[in-house]
Amino acid sequence: MPRLSADRQHSVRFELNGREVEAQAEPRMLLSDFLRHVLAMTGTHVGCEHGVCGACTVEIDGMAARACLTLAVQVEGARVRTVEALAPGPGRLSILQEAFRRHHGLQCGFCTPGILMSLDIFLRAHPAPSEIDIREYLSGHLCRCTGYAPIVAAALDAAEKLREADIIG
Amino acid sequence: MHAVTDKPPGWLGRSVERLEDAALLTGAGRFVDDIAPPPGTLAAAILRSPRAHARIGAIAIDAARRLPGVAAILTGADVAAMSAPLAAGIKAPLECWPIAIDRARYVGEPVAVVVASDRYIAEDALDLIAVSYEPLPAVVDPIAAMQPTATLLHDKLGANIASDRSFCYGDPAAQFAAAATRIAVSVRYPRNSCTPIETYGVIAEYAASDDAYDVTANFMGPLSMHPVMARALRVPGNRLRLRTPPDSGGSFGVKQGLVPYIVLIALAARLAGRPVKWIEDRLEHLSASVSATNRVTKLAAAVDADGRVRALDWDQIEDVGAHLRAPEPAALYRMHGNLTGAYDIRHVCVRNRVVLTNKTPSGLNRGFGGPQVYFALERLMQRIARELGLDPLDVIRRNLVPTGAFPYRTATGGLLDSGDYAGAIERAVAQGTLAELRARRVNARGQGRLYGIGYAAVVEPSISNMGYITTVLTAQERARAGPKNGAFATATVAFDPLGCVSVQIASTPQGQGHRTVAAQVVADVFGLAPADVRVLGELDTARDAWSIASGNYSSRFAGAVAGAVHLAAQRLAAKLKRAAATQLNVAPDDVVFAGARAQARDNRDNAMAFSRLAAATHWSPGLMDAGDHALRETVFWTPPELAAPSDADAVNSSLCHGFIFDFCGIEIDRVTGAVRVDKYVTMHDCGRVLHPGMVAGQITGGFAHALGAALYEEFAYAPDGSFLSGTFADYLVPTAMEIPQPLMLHMETPSPFTPLGAKGVGEGNCMSTPVCIANAAADALGVDQVELPLLPARLAAHFHPREEFPKGTTAATAVAIGARQGDGAMTLHGRGVVEIARVPQDVWAMLLDAKTLAAIIPGAGAIEKLSETHFRVDVTLGVGPVRGDGHALVL
Amino acid sequence: MKPARFDYIRAETLAEAHAALAAHGGEARVLAGGQTLLPMLSMRLARPGVLVDIMRLHEIARYGIERDVIRVGAGVRQAQLQKMFELDKVQPLLAKALPWVGHAQTRARGTVCGSIAHADPSAELPLVLVALGGEVELSSARHRRKVAGEEFFTGPLSTARADDELVEAVTFPSRRPGYGYAFREFARRHGDFAIVACAAVARTDGARLAIGGVGDRPVAREFAQADRTSLTEALDAFSWELDARDDAHASAAYRRALVRQIGHAVIMEAEQCRV
Ligand code: FES
Ligand code: FES
Repeated sequence: MPRLSADRQHSVRFELNGREVEAQAEPRMLLSDFLRHVLAMTGTHVGCEHGVCGACTVEIDGMAARACLTLAVQVEGARVRTVEALAPGPGRLSILQEAFRRHHGLQCGFCTPGILMSLDIFLRAHPAPSEIDIREYLSGHLCRCTGYAPIVAAALDAAEKLREADIIG
Repeated sequence: MHAVTDKPPGWLGRSVERLEDAALLTGAGRFVDDIAPPPGTLAAAILRSPRAHARIGAIAIDAARRLPGVAAILTGADVAAMSAPLAAGIKAPLECWPIAIDRARYVGEPVAVVVASDRYIAEDALDLIAVSYEPLPAVVDPIAAMQPTATLLHDKLGANIASDRSFCYGDPAAQFAAAATRIAVSVRYPRNSCTPIETYGVIAEYAASDDAYDVTANFMGPLSMHPVMARALRVPGNRLRLRTPPDSGGSFGVKQGLVPYIVLIALAARLAGRPVKWIEDRLEHLSASVSATNRVTKLAAAVDADGRVRALDWDQIEDVGAHLRAPEPAALYRMHGNLTGAYDIRHVCVRNRVVLTNKTPSGLNRGFGGPQVYFALERLMQRIARELGLDPLDVIRRNLVPTGAFPYRTATGGLLDSGDYAGAIERAVAQGTLAELRARRVNARGQGRLYGIGYAAVVEPSISNMGYITTVLTAQERARAGPKNGAFATATVAFDPLGCVSVQIASTPQGQGHRTVAAQVVADVFGLAPADVRVLGELDTARDAWSIASGNYSSRFAGAVAGAVHLAAQRLAAKLKRAAATQLNVAPDDVVFAGARAQARDNRDNAMAFSRLAAATHWSPGLMDAGDHALRETVFWTPPELAAPSDADAVNSSLCHGFIFDFCGIEIDRVTGAVRVDKYVTMHDCGRVLHPGMVAGQITGGFAHALGAALYEEFAYAPDGSFLSGTFADYLVPTAMEIPQPLMLHMETPSPFTPLGAKGVGEGNCMSTPVCIANAAADALGVDQVELPLLPARLAAHFHPREEFPKGTTAATAVAIGARQGDGAMTLHGRGVVEIARVPQDVWAMLLDAKTLAAIIPGAGAIEKLSETHFRVDVTLGVGPVRGDGHALVL
Repeated sequence: MKPARFDYIRAETLAEAHAALAAHGGEARVLAGGQTLLPMLSMRLARPGVLVDIMRLHEIARYGIERDVIRVGAGVRQAQLQKMFELDKVQPLLAKALPWVGHAQTRARGTVCGSIAHADPSAELPLVLVALGGEVELSSARHRRKVAGEEFFTGPLSTARADDELVEAVTFPSRRPGYGYAFREFARRHGDFAIVACAAVARTDGARLAIGGVGDRPVAREFAQADRTSLTEALDAFSWELDARDDAHASAAYRRALVRQIGHAVIMEAEQCRV
């Protein structure tokens, strides 16, 4: 049974945005710090470190997860996706990202990566959400800039565009 | 193909997609914690006072110092030796330091800074520092703090009142004597904060060879704090280089509060001899960053029988917390020129007192001073209606500054630049279908439901006069100090050798899309697309044009900064037209920029690419006017209307004044007391709208903050100064489920005082919405007094049936229950302190949150984590010592 | 806000988890979904010497219907249970209460047993367990035992679990014919811990009402049919027994008022749901 001792660095191997990565972490290192400061993936933001604001939300094995409520060593062998993986290619934006830009669904953009990750997962599972579905789901995130209305509008619009793309595609 | 026309293509006024967004949406933003700090940078963590008021004895740092990875520990003694106090705007024997020196005055005040190889180790070291505190009585309530017997926060001041100024405009005494009646309200505005999702961050470096500091921080200005910081660091201004990162995760005023932390971390870097980075965590942010002021206001009106207000009598008691930290007491004076709100009231007297209490020092926060003023003023208008049996909306209408009276000089010296208040209200009433809302109220009340309608009419000031704060000084003191006024906005526009356009602004954007609007402005002047224009929003005081007014506050971007960008671009355009005239062989006035070309007005085929023209100025300066070859224009713009306060204390505190009229219908749940906002209508006149999408975003965002302030958010303190809102589970920021979508209405009366006719729009709802909702709650309940935030339990106390003790309750039990729970009213905060020291592991394992520990300790109410090993518990019943492994919980 | 140091044990079998807990006892904390443990670690309110991660134990990552109960293993996340096929038919109270547990993003990680083991007096799942009369299955290297929900919760964040024991599963009785179930909660914001949460189970001969958020643990009371006429009085007595307290969000009197009113409403609703 693997036992990782407190004061040593341990190798953590996992899949990050489709690539195998390996880096060192103490058992106590939070996944949010690991991604940002060890792996230099600074798209995932940190707003509270106690699981309330949702800024740090990433995808772990297909589920939304607060990176600040996850230890780096817990993702050993897992599949992790972060906001850096959302765009289909350099210089391009995903349908969801485009909807955010169109609807001014962001101002400072600090809460945005977490919200995008959450919605990306949500819209895959719920292609035709109602406004209240989206609001309820978004209640796991805090945004201080937008008042949420444009985020909700962007999510509804993205859902529709994704459905269209699905039909066409 | 672009049409040849005099008119620029007109990017302004359109909701173009933001240039900022692509990076932010892909995780490529560069926030302060994202940019690579200099090699060798260490991490700081701050030990903070668990006590609201205590003398600090020995600080034992040896154990922490010995921890591997720890590089330096900074304490109050070091700071006192290396720096000077932060200067304040009032001449009073008060010293404001960025760290507690010998005495802690609020929970969360820095006591020591550990610098270590990483934040984890720095926090380990905090655990090893032992501080001996000798507790002093704490005072939290500003009224109590003013009593002669109150414990003193700053001994040299001799009282807790830092300033006491009275003002008189017109002849209010005569008006009060002559008026039919005097109607007054007495209100308290609570403490809250807009809590941006990104916390503070500072990276500081000290170069001993130059005796110079280089600091990067997500500071938002105002840059009038730069000299304050340089003086505190005891270096000349040109040896404090201050930079901001490209992106900042929201501010809403709050990131002005970085000032003491910039100084503190700069000193830590100097002591450590290495660059130091500090990223504030959320617990630090909530307890000890900055807070809006809480204010106690008595406001009386001399009123005629028809509701016409002849005079106002303001008595404002401003609680700035434990230190008077610059620019405070600005919140008390920002509204001075518009203390009569949207109303034509010619006689005003004011008494302003600034009081110190054992709470976090106050500072900028969205709405700055407005929520406090309008909560009193608009509650008063409703009260007038209630007492005189009038419709509140009629009382508002009867008193408005008349259409056609603009620019209107207020009694206190403000100059309301433009507006049509009555017209805006009538539009809102019609488009927002007030009649239908009133019918809804009749209907709901018919069914026995608690339904109310509230109104608020508000003048939203923007572009602060840098001299308004000197109103706190007497005319003689002002004369001695020299006049202060104006509101410099700066912008630089330049061409590079490929003919591309760059813009530099000193507005330190924090998410408001300044770069996009600046690009729109410049694109219009040069006939380009916004994407062709590169705008830098990060500021570097060593290289960029800036002034004390620079920064991102008082909603000054659209009016002042975008205007300065426009002027700079126009200056370059004029030069460029002269250069083009030679090439195109037409008069300069006949050169038109459109479609990325410079062309002759009458013959669009007579044209050249704009980039070639702009580049040519580099390659052949001879094209330009002799003596004016500048390829870069920097404009410093300040409006003449912003004069220094007059000898009679009249002050035009802000350049622009937008107008907002809100009304709403709310329902209060008969069981829970919860407020449901049924409908919210907000009408804005912010002058010319430069980007409708961003204006809407400012309104929905401000509305969300305001709704939070109205219903959810409060920085709560126990009477002993313990802080009760220390996590995001306690300080309740509303989510998408709590924030309804307001109906936004607009009209535009351009400001005659700004280059583009725009005014600020970002703060208005923070001024109008809390009181609008409070008015609706008062209407629903039919009561005079409502307190923010509108806690369900507080509202329900108005209609829940009075409780009786259950049958068989003995007198003793009843007393015990009463003592533990208050007497049925909301006794939310406790009456004593229990301190738990060094609780062993197995007990730690039981402690998750305030609620839980509170429940473990008999009689305990709220509880606050003071440090890793200390909790403060509010106790509402005397408790004997509770033991945990031989270490007492000390009462 | 960074955790203090701890060793991390990734248990690969149940026996390993038991062994780790036996070896470290009170020094160890079980790490499952981590949604409450991690904030405690980061705030250094919990400073365990050892964390025992049980999320790789396939044998306890299952849930299913076993005779007349739903048995939920320690590795089952709240969101998984929420998605269980026809949960609203199998146990309507769970289906009604689960959406109130935190937010979708925390339910995606947080486990059902973790919430029970944590024993927050305001949490929904302990309340449901008590309302339904469910059981907690504890196991250790020494033994296995079952404890009724009502006996499991001994106070705020305190349970009958011994240091070396693992909450291996919890069982919720399935819906019974002729029973009705209802759940209501009042919190300041959506997804917050309850100020008052009420769960009711109505039968032909009476009802059982459980209250969370008021006492130091979820508390259930039977309201016999004879009580019906005097339900209001009985609820009043119940509201006082709960020993409500004031805090920054609500007064004790307010909580009692909600117990009476929402308690009443929820019993009525459960009554109407009886099929
Ligand atoms: S940083 Fe993780 S939820 Fe706020
Ligand atoms: S966009 Fe700034 S916090 Fe959401």
